[in-house]
Amino acid sequence: MIPALTIENLSKSYDNGFQALKGISLSVQQGDFFALLGPNGAGKSTTIGIICSLVSKSGGKVVVHGVDIDEDFPAAKKFIGIVPQEFNFNVFEKVEDIVINQAGYYGLPADIARERTEKYLKELGLWDKRDVASRMLSGGMKRRLMIARALVHEPRLLILDEPTAGVDIEMRRSMWDFLRKINAAGTTIILTTHYLEEAEALCRNIAIINHGNIVENSSVRDLVRRLHREVFILDCVDELPESFSVDGFVTRRMDEHCLEVEVEKGQHINDVFAQLDRAGVQVSSMRNRANRLEEMFVNLVEGAA
Amino acid sequence: MSPREQYVAFMTILRKEIRRYTRIWTQTLLPSAITMSLYFVIFGSLIGSRIGDMGGFTYMQFVVPGLIMMAIVTNSYSNVVSSFFGSKFNHSVEELLVSPTPNYVILMGYVIGGVTRGLLVAVIVTIVSLFFTHLQIHSWFVVVAIVLMTSILFALAGFINAVFANNFDDISIVPTFVLTPLIYLGGVFYSMDLLPDFWAGVSKLNPLVYVVNAFRYGVLGVSDVSLPFAFGMISLFTLAAFFYSMHLLNSGKRLRQ
Repeated sequence: MIPALTIENLSKSYDNGFQALKGISLSVQQGDFFALLGPNGAGKSTTIGIICSLVSKSGGKVVVHGVDIDEDFPAAKKFIGIVPQEFNFNVFEKVEDIVINQAGYYGLPADIARERTEKYLKELGLWDKRDVASRMLSGGMKRRLMIARALVHEPRLLILDEPTAGVDIEMRRSMWDFLRKINAAGTTIILTTHYLEEAEALCRNIAIINHGNIVENSSVRDLVRRLHREVFILDCVDELPESFSVDGFVTRRMDEHCLEVEVEKGQHINDVFAQLDRAGVQVSSMRNRANRLEEMFVNLVEGAA
Repeated sequence: MSPREQYVAFMTILRKEIRRYTRIWTQTLLPSAITMSLYFVIFGSLIGSRIGDMGGFTYMQFVVPGLIMMAIVTNSYSNVVSSFFGSKFNHSVEELLVSPTPNYVILMGYVIGGVTRGLLVAVIVTIVSLFFTHLQIHSWFVVVAIVLMTSILFALAGFINAVFANNFDDISIVPTFVLTPLIYLGGVFYSMDLLPDFWAGVSKLNPLVYVVNAFRYGVLGVSDVSLPFAFGMISLFTLAAFFYSMHLLNSGKRLRQ
């Protein structure tokens, strides 16, 4: 199967000499849910900008569904839907008009444009707001409007640049559900995010970019497997003594009922429970600290610095 | 994109443009009608009656073609410059840039949008002028051709201005300090015969002289300049502006990083 996106030796230098991309290569398979991570200024948005033609590349090759952008960019653009980081619609235009116009720019006839606009505005909970000027929408609604706009020509590759930045938790979860749904329906999704929890929850494959280089490119599962340690938070029924600890493990008493335990590679969580049992401490629940990837991300980024 | 898809994209941009300026008609259509009415009252009726004939016509008849052309020039120009710069400013131009719409379709959409506003205002101003004077068209062909060519030329000029503009001040500098003086010195209110030879010669460097006089010929049948030369100059400027606009779009200068 042809990859949804292939990038080979992609580079970008700005007029002031700053090299934003230093020859990166990566491939995203069709149907994938792919995360592009990196600190601010790492080159994520530049990469996305080149793929969707908002940034001119200095060198390298970008192929979208088998179409080289240097050979037939308009054909490649038809495969791509883009949700940028910043709001980039006319705030005086009505919600429905913004989506219908975008369909028009892709040459969709009026009846199909209207039908799909209704479909995506309904799916994203914006149909009731269709006659409202877009400036009246909340931040979360504006993000959903950009998703509806990006989907109206039904692209096979959807690229989202920090789609849940500044969105409340409930809205973020519903956005995740929506993205999972369209991914399950066959749309390849590339996501940049600062929320590593988001990448872990949604994505199958991941690339970490830093200083214009790809410093990691693997599956999320492999990446998590390579973590040297995991941190668990145990909620205990009884009050923990002030100086409570577990032999052989790094622990931290967060409060009288909450214990944080670090489990290094090669150690077993069963040993923790055995010791807790012997000490008469009953655990009511246990959770994994959500920032497992964050630790690896920091290590990779600092290692490459 | 297939020709049909390109047509859909073009009509989408054009509809959006027309919707934009009709939505804010008090800022886009009404001012020209009011300003031109004042010109007709002050220069045509009050002062004009004391000036007497000019070029063989009453002063009111003489200034009407120039004032209509002034409305076309300023409206075609300002529509494109404000709309395209606005879309650059709020980044909504990216909606078009990421789409497969060819650059010439983008340019045509904005330019024809400007042309429609120029034409609409021309119709409004012409209707207003009929309250003050009687108009007879000498050559419909010249009138239609010159109106279309002029509005296309100044819509293209507005596009170029919008591409280079960095802020809202930049989109008013050219209309205020270049376009308005050229219009006023372009023979709207006077015949070139009134000028000393030297200044009449200098005036021939002003492209608005050709636009105003060619249109006046279409309406009244008199012109201070040669009609074929006027058409040639306007065509030349239009082609130059078109190819330069296309170059700006294709290179992505000031539009893409």
